[in-house]
Amino acid sequence: MIALLLRDLRLAIRAGGGFGLGLAFFLIVVVLVPFGVGPDTELLSRIAPGILWVASLLAALLSLDRIFALDYEDGSLALLATSPLPLEGVAMVKAAAHWITTGLPLTLAAPALGFLLSLTPEAYPYLLLSLLIGTPALSMIGTFGAALTVGLRRGGLLLSLLVLPLYVPTLIFGAEAIRRGAEGLDPTGALMLMAGITAGSFALLPFATASVLRINLR
Amino acid sequence: MLRVQNFACARGGVPVLAGVNFEVEAGNALILRGPNGIGKTTLLRSLAGLQPATQGTVEFPDDEGAYASHADGIKTALTVTENLKFWADVHGARLPADILDTFDLSDLRDRLGGTLSAGQKRRLGLARLGVIGRKVLFLDEPTVSLDGFSVKLFANWLQNTHLAAGRIAVIATHIDLGLSAPELDLTPFKAAPDAGGGSDEAFL
Amino acid sequence: MSMWEYANPKRFMGWTRPVLPWTFALAGACLVVGLIWGFFFTPDDFRQGSTVKIIYLHVPAALMAINAWIMMLVASLIWVVRRHHVSALAARAAAPIGVVFTLIALFTGGIWGQPMWGTYWAWDPRLTSFLILFLFYLGYIALWEAIEDPDTAADLTAVLCMVGSVFAILSRYAVLFWNQGLHQGASLSLDKEENVADVFWLPLLVCIAGFVLLFIALVLMRTRTEIRARRIRALEARARRA
Repeated sequence: MIALLLRDLRLAIRAGGGFGLGLAFFLIVVVLVPFGVGPDTELLSRIAPGILWVASLLAALLSLDRIFALDYEDGSLALLATSPLPLEGVAMVKAAAHWITTGLPLTLAAPALGFLLSLTPEAYPYLLLSLLIGTPALSMIGTFGAALTVGLRRGGLLLSLLVLPLYVPTLIFGAEAIRRGAEGLDPTGALMLMAGITAGSFALLPFATASVLRINLR
Repeated sequence: MLRVQNFACARGGVPVLAGVNFEVEAGNALILRGPNGIGKTTLLRSLAGLQPATQGTVEFPDDEGAYASHADGIKTALTVTENLKFWADVHGARLPADILDTFDLSDLRDRLGGTLSAGQKRRLGLARLGVIGRKVLFLDEPTVSLDGFSVKLFANWLQNTHLAAGRIAVIATHIDLGLSAPELDLTPFKAAPDAGGGSDEAFL
Repeated sequence: MSMWEYANPKRFMGWTRPVLPWTFALAGACLVVGLIWGFFFTPDDFRQGSTVKIIYLHVPAALMAINAWIMMLVASLIWVVRRHHVSALAARAAAPIGVVFTLIALFTGGIWGQPMWGTYWAWDPRLTSFLILFLFYLGYIALWEAIEDPDTAADLTAVLCMVGSVFAILSRYAVLFWNQGLHQGASLSLDKEENVADVFWLPLLVCIAGFVLLFIALVLMRTRTEIRARRIRALEARARRA
C-alpha cells in the first residue's frame, strides 16, 4: 500500500500539474470573486469562508477524474485487482494520494487567499482546521465518484453531477465552522460533525468504492 | 495444479463459451487456440477472477493467479526499474537480480516507460510476470508486437524459469512459441445461440 | 411458491397487465374526489385564507418525492441481494417520477410561500433539502443513462442510491444545522389535532392516497416499458448471434 502511495505521488510530481494545477485553479476562483461582487471589503470578509470552501471544493473536483482513469486505461487497475492488495486498500490509498496532492496544498494556501478576501484574523485557525479536517472527506467521496465513472469515456461532467451533491454536508459544516470562528462563536460543533463525516467516509466509502471498481472491471 | 470444470463465461452479458474442461499439471503450460472473437480473452479474465463465471469452477492455489494482457500497467513517467520495483513491492516480492538481463532490458533500465518502443514496452510488461512470482499465469496474446528474438527470450524464460519451477501458464496466442505444450482449441466450446446464463436470459 | 416468483419479468408483465388500469382508475378517482373536496368544500383557513388549499397538492407531492427515493433504495437493495431484474428496472422507472414530484413540491411550495412569507424561494432547511434531493435524483438518472450495459448500470446505480441515501440524510441534518428556517413543522403526524384540523385532514388523506396510487401506477407502467425495452435488446442480441 505504501508502494502504491509513493508511486502515485511520484507520478503526480513527474507528470506535472499534480500539485500546481488545482492550486492555481483555487487562486483564480478566489481572485475572480471580488471582480464579480465588487471590492467592498466588509462584504468580502463576510463571504470569505464560503468562497474559500466552495473554491477548494471545485479545485478538488478538478483532479478527481484522473484518480482511476489512467490506471484503468493502461491496465494497472486490473493488475492491482488481482494483486495481494485489497481493492478497499487501493481505494483508500488513492484517496490519500489525492488529498496529499490537492487537499493539503489547498489547506496550506488558503490563509494567503483568506488575506486577499480580508478574512477576520480570528477566523484563520478555524480556516486551517476546517480545511484540514474536511478536505480528506472531499478526496474520499470524490474517489468513490471517480470509481463510479471510471469506465465511461466522457465521465468528467457526470462525475461532478454525482459528487457535488455528496459534498453538501462537508461544505456546510466547513464553511459554518469558519463563519462561527470569525464571529467569535463556538465552532466546535461544526468541526466535530465534519470530523464525523470524514471519519465515516473513510470507514465506509472504501468498501463502496472497491465494489464499484469490481463491477467496472468486469 | 489448475483444474477447470464445466466452465462457462459471458462477455457483456452474452454467453460466449460453455462446458470448458481442462487440467494443467504443475510445470506445464496450455496453449489456447481459436479464431478471433471466440472468447479467449473473456475466458482468461474469468479464470483469473476479474469477472464472474456464469457456470462451473476453476481451482488453483489462492492468490496465486495473475492475468496479463497487452495493457500491462506500465507507467510512462516511471523508469523501467521503477516500474518493476513497484510491482515487486505490491506483491511483496524481491526484484530478481537477473530479470533485466532475461528480457534484454539492462540497457534500458533508467529509461522512462514513455520513451520505450512498443516491443520494448511489451518486454517490460512480460518481465513484470517474472517479478510478481505468481504460480498460475493467464496470458492473453503475450507476444503482440514482439520481434522473433524477443519471442524466443520470452519462451526461454517461460520454459526454463517459470515452468521449470513447477509453475503453470495458460496462454492464448496465434503464433508458435516453440513450447512443448498441449493445445486446446476453443471452437467446440462456443456457446450455443440459445445458451443460458446470459444477463438477458430472464427476458427471453 | 414464494413471493419472489412475481418478480420474474414474464410473470410481472402478466400480473401487472390487469392490475394497471385499475390502479390508474383508483388513483384518478381519489385525486378527483380529494382535490374537489379540498378545493371547494373546505373552509378557508382563518390565518392563511384560501392559499392553504395548495396543501392538497404540495403535501402529497413532497411526501411522494421522498417515498419515491425510499422505494428506489429498497428496490436497489433487493437487486443487490437477490438480483431480480425487475427490481432494478423498477428503481430506474421510479426516478423520473420522483423528480417530477420533487419539482411539483418545489413549485407549489413557491406559490404557497409567496403570499405567506413574501417570497417564492428562501434558503429554508426544508426547501433546500428538496433542492438537494432533486440534485440526487438528477445524478442517479444521469448515471443510468450514461452506462451502456444494463446490468453494470443497475449495479452501479444501486451502490450510488445506497451511498446517496446516507449523504441525503446527512445533508438534511447539515441544512438544519445551517439554518433553522421559516417552514412550518410537518403537517402530518400522529398527533394531527395539533397540526391540521379534521376538515382539512380528511380530504388531504384522500389526496395522499391518490398520489400514492398514481405513483404505483406510473412505476408499474414505466417498469413495463423498461422490461419491454430490455426484452427487445435481448431479442436483438440473440438474433445477431444466430
